[in-house]
Amino acid sequence: MSELFYNAAPNATRLAAPVPAPREYPASKPARVYLFGTCVVDVFFPHAGLDAIRLLEREGIAVDYPQGQSCCGQPAYTSGYSDQARTVAAAQLELFKQPWPVVVPSGSCAGMFREHYPALFQEDPARLAQAQALAARTYELAEFLLHVCQVELRDQGSPIKVALHTSCSARREMNTHLHGRALLAQLAQVERVDHSHESECCGFGGTFSVRMPDISGAMVEDKTRNLIDSGADEVITADCGCLMNINGALEKQRQPLRGQHLASFLWQRTGGGQ
Amino acid sequence: MSARENILGKLRASLQGATPIVDNFDEALVTAPWSYPAEERIGRLRQLMETVHTEVHLSTAAQWPTLLAQLLRDRNLDSLLIAPRTPYGQQLQSAWEGDTQAPQTKAYDRPIEAWKSELFDDTPASLTGTLGAIAATGSLILWPTADEPRLMSLVPPVHFALLKASEIHSNFYEVMQRFNWADGMPTNALLVSGPSKTADIEQVLAYGAHGPKDLVVLILEDA
Amino acid sequence: MNSQTRIPALEIPTTFRERAHTALGDNQLRGNFRTAMDSLMTKRALAFADADEREELRVLGNAIRARALSKLPELLETLERNLTRQGIQVHWAETTEQANEIVLGIVAKHEARQVIKGKSMVSEEMEMNDVLAAKGIECLEADMGEFIVQLDHEKPSHIIMPAIHKNAGQVASLFENKLGVEYTRDVDELIQIGRRVLRQKFFEADIGVSGVNFAIAETGTLLLVENEGNGRMVTSVPPVHIAVTGIEKVVENLRDVVPLLSLLTRSALGIPITTYVNMISSPRKAHELDGPREVHLVLLDNGRSQAFADSELRQTLNCIRCGACMNHCPVYTRVGGHTYGQVYPGPIGKIITPHMVGLAAVPDHPSASSLCGACGEVCPVKIPIPALLRRLREENVKPPSDTPLLRGQGSKYSRKERLAWNAWARLNSSPTLYRAFLKMATRLRKLTPANIGPWTQNHSAPQPAPRSLHELAAEHLAKGKTTP
Repeated sequence: MSELFYNAAPNATRLAAPVPAPREYPASKPARVYLFGTCVVDVFFPHAGLDAIRLLEREGIAVDYPQGQSCCGQPAYTSGYSDQARTVAAAQLELFKQPWPVVVPSGSCAGMFREHYPALFQEDPARLAQAQALAARTYELAEFLLHVCQVELRDQGSPIKVALHTSCSARREMNTHLHGRALLAQLAQVERVDHSHESECCGFGGTFSVRMPDISGAMVEDKTRNLIDSGADEVITADCGCLMNINGALEKQRQPLRGQHLASFLWQRTGGGQ
Repeated sequence: MSARENILGKLRASLQGATPIVDNFDEALVTAPWSYPAEERIGRLRQLMETVHTEVHLSTAAQWPTLLAQLLRDRNLDSLLIAPRTPYGQQLQSAWEGDTQAPQTKAYDRPIEAWKSELFDDTPASLTGTLGAIAATGSLILWPTADEPRLMSLVPPVHFALLKASEIHSNFYEVMQRFNWADGMPTNALLVSGPSKTADIEQVLAYGAHGPKDLVVLILEDA
Repeated sequence: MNSQTRIPALEIPTTFRERAHTALGDNQLRGNFRTAMDSLMTKRALAFADADEREELRVLGNAIRARALSKLPELLETLERNLTRQGIQVHWAETTEQANEIVLGIVAKHEARQVIKGKSMVSEEMEMNDVLAAKGIECLEADMGEFIVQLDHEKPSHIIMPAIHKNAGQVASLFENKLGVEYTRDVDELIQIGRRVLRQKFFEADIGVSGVNFAIAETGTLLLVENEGNGRMVTSVPPVHIAVTGIEKVVENLRDVVPLLSLLTRSALGIPITTYVNMISSPRKAHELDGPREVHLVLLDNGRSQAFADSELRQTLNCIRCGACMNHCPVYTRVGGHTYGQVYPGPIGKIITPHMVGLAAVPDHPSASSLCGACGEVCPVKIPIPALLRRLREENVKPPSDTPLLRGQGSKYSRKERLAWNAWARLNSSPTLYRAFLKMATRLRKLTPANIGPWTQNHSAPQPAPRSLHELAAEHLAKGKTTP
């Protein structure tokens, strides 16, 4: 989308991109991928990242986890500190030198790579090319499992009702809610229930949750109530920012309901060990 | 420097070195989803208009004065504001001439300043023609003229409108193009799509806000 | 809280956050807004049931607005030329003060005592009612929603449905108190009361004021949409009509309004068209029997040229004022329109107001969003609202400059915060430092304080895992499980 105005005169009036064609996926599984774990997974939900690796390996794909990775840069970017975000983004760009797909167990971080890295490097042609190349081979985990691995999941668990919460960027930038639903639908003993105002933001928004805690609190209060009212036994989400927000609120409310990452849920349901 | 010069100057400076965007208007987007075969247009128009509480009757070029007299009687309306210099105004006058049962007509034939109170307080209904209608949105097209001034379709609480079936077009774009609106717009051009309404209180729809409370359309099937 | 309660001056919330806090505690307000926004979202979705049609039309709508902006000075001149030739007098105002002076000049020339106003957000920017009232001239709102808020000495809380924050009971009490009518919660009866009162005002007014939805350059036409009829009344009954609008409201060609109208009415209210589409191209002609003898157009800048000056921020001016963004905004739904404290609330309010009043007057506006993107997804003219909010955040935290692009740039500059982000950047771009941080965070996880300020207001204190993904991945991959 950003390509439209990179080469335009600086004063040119911008046009929105035409309606994009659906994403085309590689016809066959790659032999090897990178995993970009994301900083929230790294520090707070590392098993979600490990389960993502295991799910991919089970599909016969070798996973490379560059130890130099840290954060996609989004917290600084959304706070208006573009230079700082750029510094961090440039460091991540150097880690994925091979033309392998980069799989990301988070919609917002995958979105950062795909939509915002090209924008960040507008003024730097070499980095811009690198960012565009990276964007083209970045996949959110659910998307990758569904459309590239063509995964076929066999449910080995007992009946359970789950609610699916999808992060806003994952939903709006990558249709992750559809991918998540499709994966859950493959699990025979899993009943996915809708929750009220399902497409509404949980209130995390990264730094929003600490800059505007009153409003964020009202949003997560509504989201958790809707999740509880859905009758779900568990909440599943493909984004750990939302997970931290929702679980943290549920815990503070002393509610029994909890959420877990889609990767961990899928791994456990399909017989993966701890 | 005047405000005008300052504003234009700033805008021009901001566009320096940039070229204007080319007009790539795709008319298919505003016509293809909104095109109806002729025989479907009355149905579509009627459906949309009735959804917003317009009353629609089918009639003919010869019968409508009789129908209109009945409709006025049913509503206990004893006078009708008409445009006597229009063909249908004349048709109505001669149809009702000598009929003691027919409602009284009054003519909008002098500037508003001469009779504003009467228009506002003592004119319960009016009759206008139309230039046609738009099936896609359920809209009547009115171009008020000296013969048929604009307040006729606004101030009286009941507005009767004559519409020729052959003048029901598919969509607004088609109307603009076929009749070359861009060549010259009148003082006032209107699309009227129902009686006046509002949802400003708790989003509950209420009819008869400021414009007419009732819109009654007489479709002349053979005209 | 009714309008008779006296509020101690020290307790009036003055910042966005304070107002938000108060609004969030008002369960009735939250209930009113939740119900209203849910209804508007549902209606819009039904009106745009065909996703392909909707998305293609949005692209066209965006292109039409962008094209007009790309030629704005030329189109403004064409508009002026055509309007003038057809007898409509065109005035230009850089500021709201100038715009008010122009209006007062016309009022004085006609010795007008009563002005009746159709819906116009630009007239709210001008605070026209107050300006005229200060000169002893009655300026009455004729749109039902605006009439209601004016009676209650309030500002509109939504750009399309000004009284959306009130329920029928509140309106009933208001009419009973202010108009001396019998209390009734019946909406039809309430509307008929409004109709009666305002019909007399249409009849008496010396001057009618309106906004403009689209100003068409090609034909010199002012296009207005409405459902009630007050717009037609104020532009047709009084002998003088003054239209006020922003300089960005021009479109190039008459045919351009066709898709824009469809996008506007379906996005705003989920309807195929408004009751009236009113197109005005001249004052009453010599042989005509009604219509205003004088028609004026006031073109107002008021900061729009600042938005225009930056090609990214210029997209703010695509707006066709449909209100869909605020209908879908989880923040707006919870705090309501008055919390923003400005003329335009919601997402569009957050991106346009900094240009009108400067960032220093609305420093929290850019941050009052989780960037969920619901607004950008529904904007009929594809304004990239989240990207513009982010950009305004960036402008907000820049060090103040002598030659700022935006008024009030740097109003949230904090050297401390900048240094913190610099440190964060160093940490996250040095694998050694980052891994050391991971070690510390995981090994010292038990020392996480239970109270971490704003986070723990709504959440339990988060605790890092005992081992990071860096560690788990290294260990797992080293076990030789990398080949199928």
